[in-house]
Amino acid sequence: MSPAVTWVALVVASAVCFALKLAGHLVPEHWLAQPRVARTAALVTVALLSALVAVQTATTGRAIVVDARLPALLVAAVALALRAPFIVVVVLAALTAAGLRALGMP
Amino acid sequence: MTEPDDGRAAIRQAVSVSLATGLYGVSFGALAVAAGLSLPQAMALSLLMFSGGSQFAFVGVVGAGGAAGAAIATAGLLGVRNGLYGPQVAPLLGVRGWRRVAAAQLTIDESTAVATAHSGRRASRLGFWWTGVGVFVLWNTFTLLGALLGDALGDPRKYGLDAAAAAAFLGLVWPRVTGRNARRAQLVAAGAVAVALLTTPFVPAGIPVLLAAIVAILAGMLTPAEPSRTEAPA
Repeated sequence: MSPAVTWVALVVASAVCFALKLAGHLVPEHWLAQPRVARTAALVTVALLSALVAVQTATTGRAIVVDARLPALLVAAVALALRAPFIVVVVLAALTAAGLRALGMP
Repeated sequence: MTEPDDGRAAIRQAVSVSLATGLYGVSFGALAVAAGLSLPQAMALSLLMFSGGSQFAFVGVVGAGGAAGAAIATAGLLGVRNGLYGPQVAPLLGVRGWRRVAAAQLTIDESTAVATAHSGRRASRLGFWWTGVGVFVLWNTFTLLGALLGDALGDPRKYGLDAAAAAAFLGLVWPRVTGRNARRAQLVAAGAVAVALLTTPFVPAGIPVLLAAIVAILAGMLTPAEPSRTEAPA
């Protein structure tokens, strides 16, 4: 994306996100009270975030790639299981990948 | 939280939540710059979009070379849950006009969580506004610091920032796929990972993530409700 296109996408995406927030304040409560709607929205969040984990860890462009990101993600998972704070998890993953790459791993 | 006036407890909670959340604005700022966004663009995302999941996703799609449409759709879909928070907090706040606009922009995971954690209306309001404004100020401040840091570092891969982005998404999804009553979420997560990886070689960047959302929509709309109604709102 060129900088100009990125700006347009950024502003449109932000407007969409704000419109969703405002809509929640304006619609009658019972519209969204159906459990199926809330449940589906929660699952969409899970699916998008999980897919982003996979794509961010194991792909480069259109190729499936295994490199230092995978062990870094495993370290992050262990840190999360041990209830480490978010920032610690992120930093540990970065340090793991940086360390492995310094040792020659792609 | 049983006292009629637990406003102080709400404010204390708001401050600690704001600090914890604000701090990871550093990782957002650094990752945004590493993904190829400029410092003003990273700042604009935190000011205008102001929703962590959507912001990380937008940056992730842009960094992967995805198209504008895919970036907008992914960020928007992740913003849907903020829309579902509105009906929970609007009756507690009871505001109109520009205050309602401000309240809408500040309606995120954290402000909703603190507002709904208190029984008294006054404490709920204090919790919402202190958390919303607190996170907004700190999230934007730390985004700036992170973007400056990311700019100074150079090649993001050398510092493992690409792995940090993956870890950030893992940290965001972790509470939703662990704990009790998470079986369905775990299955959806596994399905989403499979769909995203299997479609990656065949479709443009950004699309695999959107295809993964279809797994969740099918699972949510087509399967019967779970017997216990304790599912977290998001």
